[in-house]
Amino acid sequence: MPEEFEGDYPIRVRGLVNRFDDHVIHEGLDLDVKRGEIIGVVGGSGTGKSVLMRSIIGLQIPAEGSIEVLGRSITDARDDEDIDIRSQWGILFQGGALFSTLTVAENVEVPLREFYPEISEELRHEIARYKVLLSGLPANATSKYPAELSGGMKKRAGLARALALDPELLFLDEPTAGLDPIGAAAFDNLIRGLQETLGLTVFLITHDLDTLYEICDRVAVLADRKVIAVGTIPELLALDHPWIQEYFNGPRGRAAKDAQDREAASVVQATQDAATSPMEQE
Amino acid sequence: MRSAAREALVAPSIFPHEAGSMRALADFTIEPAQGGDGGVLRFSGPMVVSSLGLVDRRLRAVNEAISEIDVRDVERMDTVGAWIVWRLSQQLDAKIVNCRDEADRLIKAISETDENRENIRAPRLPLIQRVPDEVGKLVIAIAVGFLQVVGFLGQAISAMGTIVRHPRRFRGLALVHQMELVGVNALGIVGLMSFLVGVVIAQQGAVQLQQFGAEIYTINLVGRLTLRELGILMTAIMVAGRSGSAFSAQLGTMKLTEEVDAMRTIGVSPTEALVLPRILATMIMLPLLGLYSSVLGIIGGAFLGSVSLGIPFLTFLSRIQEVVPIHDVWVGLVKGPVFGLIVALAGCYQGMQVKTNAEEVGTRTTSAVVLAIFTVIVLDAFFAVFFTKIGWG
Repeated sequence: MPEEFEGDYPIRVRGLVNRFDDHVIHEGLDLDVKRGEIIGVVGGSGTGKSVLMRSIIGLQIPAEGSIEVLGRSITDARDDEDIDIRSQWGILFQGGALFSTLTVAENVEVPLREFYPEISEELRHEIARYKVLLSGLPANATSKYPAELSGGMKKRAGLARALALDPELLFLDEPTAGLDPIGAAAFDNLIRGLQETLGLTVFLITHDLDTLYEICDRVAVLADRKVIAVGTIPELLALDHPWIQEYFNGPRGRAAKDAQDREAASVVQATQDAATSPMEQE
Repeated sequence: MRSAAREALVAPSIFPHEAGSMRALADFTIEPAQGGDGGVLRFSGPMVVSSLGLVDRRLRAVNEAISEIDVRDVERMDTVGAWIVWRLSQQLDAKIVNCRDEADRLIKAISETDENRENIRAPRLPLIQRVPDEVGKLVIAIAVGFLQVVGFLGQAISAMGTIVRHPRRFRGLALVHQMELVGVNALGIVGLMSFLVGVVIAQQGAVQLQQFGAEIYTINLVGRLTLRELGILMTAIMVAGRSGSAFSAQLGTMKLTEEVDAMRTIGVSPTEALVLPRILATMIMLPLLGLYSSVLGIIGGAFLGSVSLGIPFLTFLSRIQEVVPIHDVWVGLVKGPVFGLIVALAGCYQGMQVKTNAEEVGTRTTSAVVLAIFTVIVLDAFFAVFFTKIGWG
């Protein structure tokens, strides 16, 4: 049973090289993810964001480089079984990747059965139930099959399963892709809320500029087969790289920034209103 | 939904991850009641998913009067620990005291989910109702399925009619491609199978006929049997296994990935583009393969004849022409397209019925093959009677 991780960097990637035949995806890629942060990972299509995530979680064996997750080396693990920390991370794949012949509750119970068979059936059902509810699904979703769920519900169900074992580390692959703006905003808030409540470190691959502005503490930019910059969005905007400028200062980027500024301004306004009328408070 | 994938994930594994002999476990003690208040239940150790499994059973057995749940000695807590504390406090009507920030936050989040205590299982009828229910559903499904197959055949014929009227729309390339897959690529396996079966029939037949000194009739046996029955039947079964399953799996997967829908929206008829080439290819190739199979069966018999019955190889073959009536060849060739139609129809129909998930592709592929083979064998029996009645016996 792995001990609790005490270090500052749950994910450390050094010198990662990924190749498919002659096509080099990553070359000398370095990345450190800080404990407790939500880090967004962005990059153009084909820059290998999903490949990076798959390398970190051990689904893709890199040609070179070292990867350490929660203090354990992924690249040195001999085979699948050796990666001992699987109970300490949760992964939400792009389509949800739910097991199609199981109900939502049964899906959430799979990791519980796998790692903690000593937990009684009753307790396991109870845990599955509240995980599903914590992910923002209604109570009657627990007995539904994935084919009966909408796209947004499937992602939430996938999230419930990813959080089944109260992991320290959460990987999300384009969680808001395909969601309507209201659903996407709700999902962002859900992630932020869960991260604060459960103390998660979140590795988030996304194209969604609103997500980046709303909930990401730092953003890592993948380009030229490496991570060319990591930092807060203001820090990135100060850099002179053409792709970064186009990404964040293009029309969509500015719209997202304006939306965030407007919201920040309204929060400030609301605080001021509350401060100037203390009599109304009670 | 009973299925292999489900069983693999839902049944407990034989070798679960080590149930941590080195793991620190949670524990609790109960201090007895003092004065008018109830007792105090004190937790200690880590209260996380990895440490709580065994303690939970003991907790459910607690039925003393408890008025306080003290979590001061709890090192760390996750949502499972929070849930257990919360559930206990509701059950025993006790207050939770000495919470640290982390615990407080988690318990609050959990408590908000507790409003609705609905059952998480899908509703299920009792056994006495379920059995007739399932049987009834099965009967209706068979009847409906039969009607749907007839409808599917009608669709195919109608598409054929459209092609005849608009010959430009005919997909020659697809047809030839399927003919290669169904026919040419099967030559090896069908040839080998037929040769060996020919050898075996000749050998076993000869053993019986030798008792009457009539080994020479082995030639009649091998010739008539392979041309009328075995050649075409075994080939149909082989093609059902090879191509019937391939059709079902291909079309089923294309349905799942919405390729068929995409075709429809572009204005390409899936029946014309996918189903028709497959059906026509199989109807053309099966009689040819059947004939090829019979020929190789005869060669197998001749081979055995020359090796162990003392009948020279070429004599065997020329005798075939004398003793086997030509209508035996027609019988095989008539059965061919019919069996081909059945095999291809079963495969394509089942493939196009796939709606839900990968599991369904598998089950429908299996039933396509089984259905095709069963129907072919039943029809073969009918053909036997039919041909006898019309004088080709």
